[in-house]
Amino acid sequence: MTDEATLPSPATARPSVEPDSAAPFRVVGLPLAHHDFVDKVRGTQLYAADWKLPGMLYGRVIRSVLPSARIRSIETAEARALPGVIAVLTARDVPRNRVVERASGGLGELAVEMPVLAHDRVRYVGEPVALVAAVSQQIADEAAELIEVDYRELAGVFDPEAALDPGATQVHDEGNVLVEWNIRRGDAERALAEADLVVTGEYRSQHVEHAYLEPEAGVGWMENGVLTIRVATQVIEHAATVAGILELPENKVRVISAYMGGGFGGKEDMTVEPYLALLVWRTGRPVRMIWERQESMLASTKRHPFVMRYRTGVRADGTILAQDVDIIGDAGAYPYLSARVLFAGAALSCGPYRTRNASLRSRAVFTNNVPTSAFRGFGAMQVVLGYESQMDRVAEALGMSPTEVRRRNFLAKGDIIPTGESLDTVVACEETLRRALDRLGEPPAPSGPSKLVGRGFACNMQPYGRTIWFRDRASAWLSLQADGTLLIRAGITDLGAGQAASLCEIASEILGVPLGEISVYIGDTALNPPAGGTFATRQLYMSGNAVLHAARQLRAKVAPVAAEMLACTPDQLTFEDGLVRVACGGQSGTGLRLAELVAGCEQRQVDTSLLSIWRAEQGAFDPRTGQGDSFPDYTYGTHATDVEVDTETGEVKVLRYVASHDVGRAINPMRVEGQIQGGAMQGLGYALMEDVVLEEGNSASTLFAHYFIPTSMDMPDVEVEIVESGEGKGPFNARGIGEPSIAPTAAAVANAIANAIGQRPTQLPMTPERVLALCLRR
Amino acid sequence: MRKRLISLSVNGRGYDVWVTPSELLLDVLHDELGLPEVRYGCGEGVCGTCTVQFDGHTVSACLMFAIQAEGHQISTVAALLGEGEALHPLQECMLRHGGAQCGFCTPGMLLTADCLAKRTRRPSRDEIRHELVGNLCRCTGYTKILDAIEEYVSLSSPDRPSVEGAELP
Repeated sequence: MTDEATLPSPATARPSVEPDSAAPFRVVGLPLAHHDFVDKVRGTQLYAADWKLPGMLYGRVIRSVLPSARIRSIETAEARALPGVIAVLTARDVPRNRVVERASGGLGELAVEMPVLAHDRVRYVGEPVALVAAVSQQIADEAAELIEVDYRELAGVFDPEAALDPGATQVHDEGNVLVEWNIRRGDAERALAEADLVVTGEYRSQHVEHAYLEPEAGVGWMENGVLTIRVATQVIEHAATVAGILELPENKVRVISAYMGGGFGGKEDMTVEPYLALLVWRTGRPVRMIWERQESMLASTKRHPFVMRYRTGVRADGTILAQDVDIIGDAGAYPYLSARVLFAGAALSCGPYRTRNASLRSRAVFTNNVPTSAFRGFGAMQVVLGYESQMDRVAEALGMSPTEVRRRNFLAKGDIIPTGESLDTVVACEETLRRALDRLGEPPAPSGPSKLVGRGFACNMQPYGRTIWFRDRASAWLSLQADGTLLIRAGITDLGAGQAASLCEIASEILGVPLGEISVYIGDTALNPPAGGTFATRQLYMSGNAVLHAARQLRAKVAPVAAEMLACTPDQLTFEDGLVRVACGGQSGTGLRLAELVAGCEQRQVDTSLLSIWRAEQGAFDPRTGQGDSFPDYTYGTHATDVEVDTETGEVKVLRYVASHDVGRAINPMRVEGQIQGGAMQGLGYALMEDVVLEEGNSASTLFAHYFIPTSMDMPDVEVEIVESGEGKGPFNARGIGEPSIAPTAAAVANAIANAIGQRPTQLPMTPERVLALCLRR
Repeated sequence: MRKRLISLSVNGRGYDVWVTPSELLLDVLHDELGLPEVRYGCGEGVCGTCTVQFDGHTVSACLMFAIQAEGHQISTVAALLGEGEALHPLQECMLRHGGAQCGFCTPGMLLTADCLAKRTRRPSRDEIRHELVGNLCRCTGYTKILDAIEEYVSLSSPDRPSVEGAELP
């Protein structure tokens, strides 16, 4: 990836915090269905698996069946001899068989290599060991059965706390602690000693499966000497990693991201890419690879289980004096993005509350469990259960209401957070709290004698945008065509949340091109300027700003031409409905169609195409002091719920659920609502149902029949309260909403259960067995 | 395995296809007939992304062999489209309510909803919930899907072409 744009008029924009010119907007704020919705309801949207080429082969990964073992030998002769098998590959066929993930950007995690295909050692069940390509999927599957791997089983370690023991089995020679973060502000020990009350709590979360409905898939082929893979990925920039594995120049690998059938972070790391690439490269033929659901659930990365230990010191009036937090995250067998997930865990572990003294430690620890990595919420989610349970405990101990204790401690614009940064946008927690509780109204009555009803809520802050020290940037290339239509080219990928559609709405707002006349080309390393992947709730902020600035710059470029053609000044022009008009004195008279304007530009040699690179805030973080720049900004919110607990069965029924977030400005309220409803539902699954059950590294949850995600029957409708503070760092002062909406759910439900039964759940998921055990303690 | 020639009727059109006895209906529809709207999601009949209508009833195409479909009428979401590929009112409701996010579950959802609407004159929201239990969605939280279907079943018959003559008491 390079900065050096050689495309038309590169222009770099810098972030600004000032509010954009206010309404009225023409497109922003409307609940629009967009181009991708039409394809989706027609069923014509093409996903990664919907691609077929002449002579295409079918690929399959052979995976480790043991969590920790030495590979003595791999016998492939029988598989190779099967008619229809074209290639069988093992570690020795991989040109550079190692990926070193430096998720923190080199701020202190171990440099641990991950092989593409295991060579002499496997470290988790499901680790790729060999590859097959055959003329049909059936033959590829049969060949996979014929590959004999001779293992010598080794001791493994499956509990991250046990892995911290000095005598523990070492998953990697480099050590079991991938990274340790320490963020310190003030003197937490002293403040705890001086506090009127210290509340201690321990909370545990579980492995969670993304469970996107589209399994990992892709098709690869060779084209003009370029290895091309069209795949379900959030990050096309993995092209560079694939090139490294094959020892190819980076410009000889092209990655295209199809519209995804969900991702949630699970398609942020590479999935099928290196395997497809190897098979295509070795066979010279097109190859398709689709992971079976069982395979996906067995071997794909999961959400980190956290063990969180909190000590919260408060004054008698409820003011928080100190937080001492210790977090252990199970990284599984390889680094992936654990270093950054655990950073977010520590950095956000105090929540949206003023914390003058903080000692926040987090560690990512290797085990022989399935690797964990990015998952919507990214470490800042797990800790909400910690800090919001603590807040309720503080309130209870002091005899204050849970709302009051929070109100006394909410962060405000200008406050310093534990990393030493000052918040530069409004913190609307209080408004979201009020809106959520107002919406719930009077609590309902229990439906039977064995039932108890409780109300709980949780507030949260979730970053949007990458950690600042990555010096993030995104670019967009806009072209007004001769007929007045607009092309947007952007390296953004679309998870299904309308990432591409948002860009169209932003451009339409500025340039006045009707939405139906905008085409957006995304997710292609060969043809789009880089946007840096769709994760960290960063694309509205990053690519949204890139498109906004590109559109403004393009408008500024063509406006003088329009002014000349219309005999007025550029500031008298309006761009609306595909027309440029003179609007002075409240009346709009003469105008130009955009096609006429483009023709006018052509005559005057003014280019109607523009590439803009937008840079986020720049900064640095010092891992020794735990101080520095962490995230660009945050989205705040409150979720509130009424639940009913059956004290005879432990069953928890969610009766009502309200989710409120300050999104700064809702670019498309229908999609904002959809994000919040979907996030809260996924969070309810996490709170009450979902658990990847691992026994000595073996998963008992590799079928949807064993791993339950919420169905239409399990949960109530999620009621949404959108707050628009008008402050945020995205386009038109929007804040990101992808991740924030999942994060407070488990804490809200836990607080409601505690309110109902007087006993506090501290372990997720809050299954009937666990809740019943709590009920019996009453 | 020896292949045999079977005749399939899909969306009112006849196809002759060579299949092995173990080939799944899903694979034949998706890979052989090129119908991307019938999608592999789990292969165990739980997620509903491969839902098709089989003689007017919803089935999971991943749980059927292609040869079992011989002589039966199969419909995918494409069959909902009207003249000139116009969107079906049910699809319009889905569009209007933003009932699709990633869209992967959408065709299955629509086919299930269509079956319900043909069978039941005015299903309640709870009945719709019950009907959709075999179609998982991981993006929307179901609310907007339910809103869309609820609006559709509330439409009068002329806007609900499928309801005529198929009403149950």
